[in-house]
Amino acid sequence: MIAHAADAPAQNLASYNFAYLDEQTKRMIRRAILKGIAIPGYQVPFASREMPMPYGWGTGGVQVTAAIIGRDDVLKVIDQGADDTTNAVSIRAFFAKTAGVATTTTTPDATIIQTRHRIPETPLHAGQVLVYQVPIPEPLRFLEPRETETRKMHALEEYGLMHVKLYEDIARNGRIATTYAYPVKVEGRYVMDPSPTPKFDNPKMHMSEALQLFGAGREKRIYAIPPHTEVVSLDFEDHPFEIQHFDEPCALCGAEQVYLDEVVLDDKGGRMFVCSDTHHCESRRAEGHRGALLGDEPAFGDQPLTDKEPAL
Amino acid sequence: MTPSATLEALAKAGIPAPVKPLLTVENLTRVYGKRIGCADVSFDLWPGEVLAIVGESGSGKTTLLNCISSRLTPTCGTVHYRMRDGVSADIYKMAEAERRYLMRTDWGFVHQNPIDGLRMTVSAGANVGERLMAVGNRHYGNIRGAAIEWLARVEIDEDRVDDQPRTFSGGMRQRLQIARNLVTEPRLVFMDEPTGGLDVSVQARLLDLLRGLVSDLGLAVVVVTHDLAVARLLSDRMIVMKEGRVIEAGLTDRVLDDPRAPYTQLLVSSILQV
Amino acid sequence: MNTLLVASEVKKTFIMHMRGGVELPVVANVSFSLKAGACAVLGGPSGVGKSSILKMLYGNYGCDSGQILVQHHGRHVDVASASPRLVLEIRRDTIGYVSQFLRAVPRVSALDVAAEPLLIRGVERETAREQARDLFTELNLPEKLWSLPPATFSGGEQQRVNIARGFITDHPVLLLDEPTASLDAANREVVIELIARKKADGAALLGIFHDLDVRNAVADHVIDVSAFAAGKAAA
Repeated sequence: MIAHAADAPAQNLASYNFAYLDEQTKRMIRRAILKGIAIPGYQVPFASREMPMPYGWGTGGVQVTAAIIGRDDVLKVIDQGADDTTNAVSIRAFFAKTAGVATTTTTPDATIIQTRHRIPETPLHAGQVLVYQVPIPEPLRFLEPRETETRKMHALEEYGLMHVKLYEDIARNGRIATTYAYPVKVEGRYVMDPSPTPKFDNPKMHMSEALQLFGAGREKRIYAIPPHTEVVSLDFEDHPFEIQHFDEPCALCGAEQVYLDEVVLDDKGGRMFVCSDTHHCESRRAEGHRGALLGDEPAFGDQPLTDKEPAL
Repeated sequence: MTPSATLEALAKAGIPAPVKPLLTVENLTRVYGKRIGCADVSFDLWPGEVLAIVGESGSGKTTLLNCISSRLTPTCGTVHYRMRDGVSADIYKMAEAERRYLMRTDWGFVHQNPIDGLRMTVSAGANVGERLMAVGNRHYGNIRGAAIEWLARVEIDEDRVDDQPRTFSGGMRQRLQIARNLVTEPRLVFMDEPTGGLDVSVQARLLDLLRGLVSDLGLAVVVVTHDLAVARLLSDRMIVMKEGRVIEAGLTDRVLDDPRAPYTQLLVSSILQV
Repeated sequence: MNTLLVASEVKKTFIMHMRGGVELPVVANVSFSLKAGACAVLGGPSGVGKSSILKMLYGNYGCDSGQILVQHHGRHVDVASASPRLVLEIRRDTIGYVSQFLRAVPRVSALDVAAEPLLIRGVERETAREQARDLFTELNLPEKLWSLPPATFSGGEQQRVNIARGFITDHPVLLLDEPTASLDAANREVVIELIARKKADGAALLGIFHDLDVRNAVADHVIDVSAFAAGKAAA
């Protein structure tokens, strides 16, 4: 389900470069990306530009996507797993307009997936690039406010502090209560913040077929995990890392072993748990899976999302 | 007991015949522009020995302490440290990673103000456990166990292990800082006015605790203090500094009971008698 | 008899920089020897420099010149020129000292004060405490005081803690600075007995005793310190 935008928008919009950024900037960002790929998990500083959106709305991810996107790419954008939230819709529209690329909501069809806080449930394949929007790239920031010191700690592999944080978690809550932005060690060397994805997604980063790129616009950092890279979540021997478990399957598609969002249905305490990955949920329903809430009836949302998207 | 029995007791207690100094400081000098921080300081420190550096404020004792503990690069001179493998290394020729590793394993540094040596927003247990985690200990139960054991050794109740040091009194904070430093069983500890700013009774307790730990663990200590009573109680040997230079050095009770240099005599005669 | 310590031509002068550098000669040309199994006593009026001599032998005071040779670990070493480290070793193993006044350490019990010299030598804490208890019993120190820090003890009680601390080890050389000054007759007798035992064990003792009875009871010979008076030597 690939949506093709209007022909050759770049020529028509003379004031825009392809994918918004000028070529020199894209070159600079690509250099940072290449360095990041060469040193997995290392935060590469880059000259982050002002983007036509506020910080916190994915300016880092957008710059990375702009630097790597080509005319033949197919772009998917998700925000907390959903293709249809404001942030996802507007970024997708932004690239459809400034680069004229095809967009999609179907995970396997995309060549570039820009994401805020989720990794799709469908396993990524070789050739795909996952671009993360990162608010705070420094995993050590919580305990060490000085940038000069955290850089030195990375350089010298002094990561005791990360475990101090996990220790505090267990001391206070009896278990590691960090549920998102759960720190990982990349290729046995750099400790990295996976951005505020739920720790449920951490295992998907390990030995992924896809290239993973991370952009932090306000903090001006880019980092990367090349395909087939070891990504290990930090833990203690007697408190091993584990992902969230859900007591019930998705209310709409009946999926298990996926990350669920809680949705409040009414003001009488009614609620349901549904897949946070909307594409995953929709494709399962298209295959005939039915959750408890749907029964046997075909339900809303069964139509491809892109069809309902407002024309630009 | 006969003298030969004494020697046997020594051998039995595992006290080796100490052979070489742990720390060798040679011609250490630090200048700030034209001003002298410390000049031409040399001494040896042996395993298990406590050396006091005394002098009034501005005498260069803290500059000297920072230079020998690798916290401040000296203008010239050398500091050699005998590593656990017996090899003596110039600490300023080590790679920074090695030096920092040394600082958080084989060395300790007790600051005058505990805020400078503690993480005030993490629990006492994590403060003590940090060094263990830094050297790769990954077992929560063991780390916590070691933390509780060390809290007990510095006379902090086990039920405070999850409290942040913000909620501790000055004396407790200082004892916590000591536990945090000693958990990796360092061989050398630097202390900068460890009892400064504490009430007299709290100070006495801390000094007694330090004396006990120093002798139980066989620690070598370099302690900077302006308080001659602290120097007498803790140290075997002392160095008197004035204007960045060593004025007098020797056995602590010799220097205090038979001071030679005019300045040392002035210092000793200035002690308040109780 | 075996000579354990020899002082030869030892000189001591205090220079008082606080008083314009005035020189106070104390003693000069101090020469004597101490033999195993004997107790020598420093004699002479007060102020003649008896305590200073003891302190120089112990390394507590420096010497201007001269030598203090002591048999330490089977060789002769000079206390006057020894490094601080060596002096500490000599104090640990060879020369013991009972000072006139106890320097109390906050919070340390009388028992541990007395046991400390053994602990420094690596003796087990309980063994050392046991020996300290025996000495306290012999010196009639009330048992209720044993676990208290001696800072608040009376002069006589403090002195007995000090004596126990000095006599607990088997130092070949023992220096005694007025150990009986604040003791009653019964406890003086105990100290005389302790000294006699040390002599029988082959230690060399050197003491200052103002009490004539004690002095007569323990002294094998008297060293007249007036002979070393600095003014006299200079003349």
